[in-house]
Amino acid sequence: MAAVSKRKFVSADPEKCVGCAVCEYACSFEKEKLYNPLKSRIRVVRLHPLVNLSVTCRLCEEPPCVAACPRDALKQSEENGVIMIDEDKCNGCGWCIEACDYGAITLHPETKKVFLCDLCKDKEKPQCVAWCPEEALDFVTSDTLAQKARITAVKKLFQEAMKTASSK
Amino acid sequence: MGYAGRILHVDLSTGKTETEPLKEDLEKKYIGGIGLGMRLFLDHSKPGIDAFSPENPLVFITGPLSGTMGPTAGNGYAIISKSPESEGIGESKAHGFFGSELKRAGYDAVIIKGRAEKPVYMWIDDDSIQLMDAKSLWGKSPEQTEEAIRKELGDYYIRVASIGTSGEKLVRFACVINDRTRAAGRTGMGAVMGSKNLKAVAVRGTKDVKVAKPEEFKEFVKLLHERMKGPATRKYKTLGTPENVLVLNSLGVLPVNNFTRGTFDGAEKVSGEYLNERFVAKIIGCSSCAMRCEHIAVVPEGPYKGTATRMEYETLWALGPNCGVDRLDAITKAAELCNFYGLDTLSAGGAIGFAMDCYEHGILTKKDSDGLDLKFGNHEAVLEMLKKIGTREGIGNILAEGVKRASEKIGKGAEKFANHIKGVEMTGYDIRGLKTAALGYAVSFRGADHNRHGAYAPDVKGSVNRFKAEKGRGKLVREIEDLYTIIDSMIVCKFSRGVYPDAFGDLAKYYTLDTGITMTPQELQKAGERINNLGRLINIREGFTRKDDHLPPKVMNVPIPDEGVSKGAHVTQAELDLLLDDYYETRGWTKEGVPTIEKLNEIGLEDLDYIIKPKLEKPTKKK
Repeated sequence: MAAVSKRKFVSADPEKCVGCAVCEYACSFEKEKLYNPLKSRIRVVRLHPLVNLSVTCRLCEEPPCVAACPRDALKQSEENGVIMIDEDKCNGCGWCIEACDYGAITLHPETKKVFLCDLCKDKEKPQCVAWCPEEALDFVTSDTLAQKARITAVKKLFQEAMKTASSK
Repeated sequence: MGYAGRILHVDLSTGKTETEPLKEDLEKKYIGGIGLGMRLFLDHSKPGIDAFSPENPLVFITGPLSGTMGPTAGNGYAIISKSPESEGIGESKAHGFFGSELKRAGYDAVIIKGRAEKPVYMWIDDDSIQLMDAKSLWGKSPEQTEEAIRKELGDYYIRVASIGTSGEKLVRFACVINDRTRAAGRTGMGAVMGSKNLKAVAVRGTKDVKVAKPEEFKEFVKLLHERMKGPATRKYKTLGTPENVLVLNSLGVLPVNNFTRGTFDGAEKVSGEYLNERFVAKIIGCSSCAMRCEHIAVVPEGPYKGTATRMEYETLWALGPNCGVDRLDAITKAAELCNFYGLDTLSAGGAIGFAMDCYEHGILTKKDSDGLDLKFGNHEAVLEMLKKIGTREGIGNILAEGVKRASEKIGKGAEKFANHIKGVEMTGYDIRGLKTAALGYAVSFRGADHNRHGAYAPDVKGSVNRFKAEKGRGKLVREIEDLYTIIDSMIVCKFSRGVYPDAFGDLAKYYTLDTGITMTPQELQKAGERINNLGRLINIREGFTRKDDHLPPKVMNVPIPDEGVSKGAHVTQAELDLLLDDYYETRGWTKEGVPTIEKLNEIGLEDLDYIIKPKLEKPTKKK
């Protein structure tokens, strides 16, 4: 199995995300050649003009959705951590939907099977990431996210010094 | 493809609803948005009805691109009805998320007639249409209404377009607001909703939206995304429309104190630069858009600390410089109050500026103003007045009628200060010193407006002499008008107009890839002309004549007094006549501004000749 730190998933930067939903359209088009947020594997939440974030599968370590499935229809890929669904086994019961803390799994309105982000495995990178006009979506490992957070925190602490550093 | 192919009819009096297929021949001829909306309005209304009559149809309409990934066009909708302000055609557009949801519910248009016995809201849940009790929503702001409906129906993704108290109380310039901060602002569409006892339209659509040429469409969208990242949209992504404050001020055409002056002493303090540095917390975007234009201003300190609202130039101008107010915190608070009561910020600021002008000239006194000191610059008075107008209390009850009707009620020469065209309050360009724009404003079918023609552009850019009224301006205005009606029929956002450098060419391609209906640039331009004529014909049906293509009294009678480039500028009757003659001629209309039979035949509106026949016969009889 790939080391957890090598596992890449799609993450939205709350500082950058403006809630435009381009990711939803890009996703439903990539997967089904049509436009419908209900068929998107990534969903936007805007709670207030200043509170926006896209949310999708985070490829959890020990994913609760897999554990919750009474029919063993969900499996985590050892190669890249993606949650794979055996459509023959899935009967749309929704235990996995309930188990997911991020609302990343939904029931497909037509197939009545659950579906979620597969990282657009046939493409160079996930299409939501490719299309995001704000570059708010990253295809990253948790290690990279932690690194970014550390750097941002340190920059904030040393605001004055940073100004000098960047002016040189 | 592109279109949902379905129109929903709702009669609020009987509660009856039915759907009919959208006639295919209407699609290519009228596109969608205001074009198709005005045609549907015309076909479903009788001439001469009162705007507040149950018979007045209220049309909610999407565009052919609504619900697709097309940036800006994917999320728009328009509202069309007879305007309670102009008593001619009323139309307004809004973006956000509502338009795409309505398309996904499977409708190109919803035509609402009648009047509900009690306050209701309409719940469109795909194919199911219900009229729900809105008793508990009455008196709520649009934002509160949105939240209450989502809670009641238990679905976060429901999109709502609703009115505030001003719409309920038939304030003639009440607007409709969706997604908290997006307004279909102008021409009083919210008041028409109120007259029907319709508090809100709530939509949840789960259907697929497909385009005719998916892969090519995707590539075209990608190209638009690239262009949107470039210089074509720079203004909207950086300072935003408030950039205009200093630009117009330097040209001496920033209307101040109800068009008393053309420059503002407090311009720096209300500039886009100042706003962005101290107030803008985030710039957000609408559904499916690759631009970010929506500047969310948050007041950082002082008595209005924490007030948060969207801020654009026109709102900032109307509630700021037009009322002499040079405090952005108070302007932000005023904008928030307009959203709370559901008032069109432009007309609300216009009405208060008018009242202040009357007060300064002794036409209104403290007795009339319920004790308020209505001096220009009194920001507290502005906030109080918004409340009075939004609830029709005291003097607010008179101003709620709009400046035209209010000035008639007040009398004593108040008309001299009533800056409106066709009953619709002015917008933030001092057209005394922008004469191409002056023509555009005069002939705009929805009344005073910069968005029907954008004819300030050649004036401001200096490609023409902006102080001169001369032949040729008619053609300039006509050409931009024809493009702008297409923009509003596809409901493309005007902020994105720079990403279609080949104007009709780009837009025709966009349309064809989406709908599968072959459209050439020439055909699209012709459709633009057709739709402009359609707006004109509706107004003619409602009794409009050349006299209604007028300019506000101060624009014609009071030269710009400020020292500087624009000093002395104003538009004389002779100049206006020259401009109108030139424009009518280039449009192929008579001297009275009536389209000829030949023109109607040429643009495929021959079935509407019944509107103009009586008008064309008159002059020959006189001979």
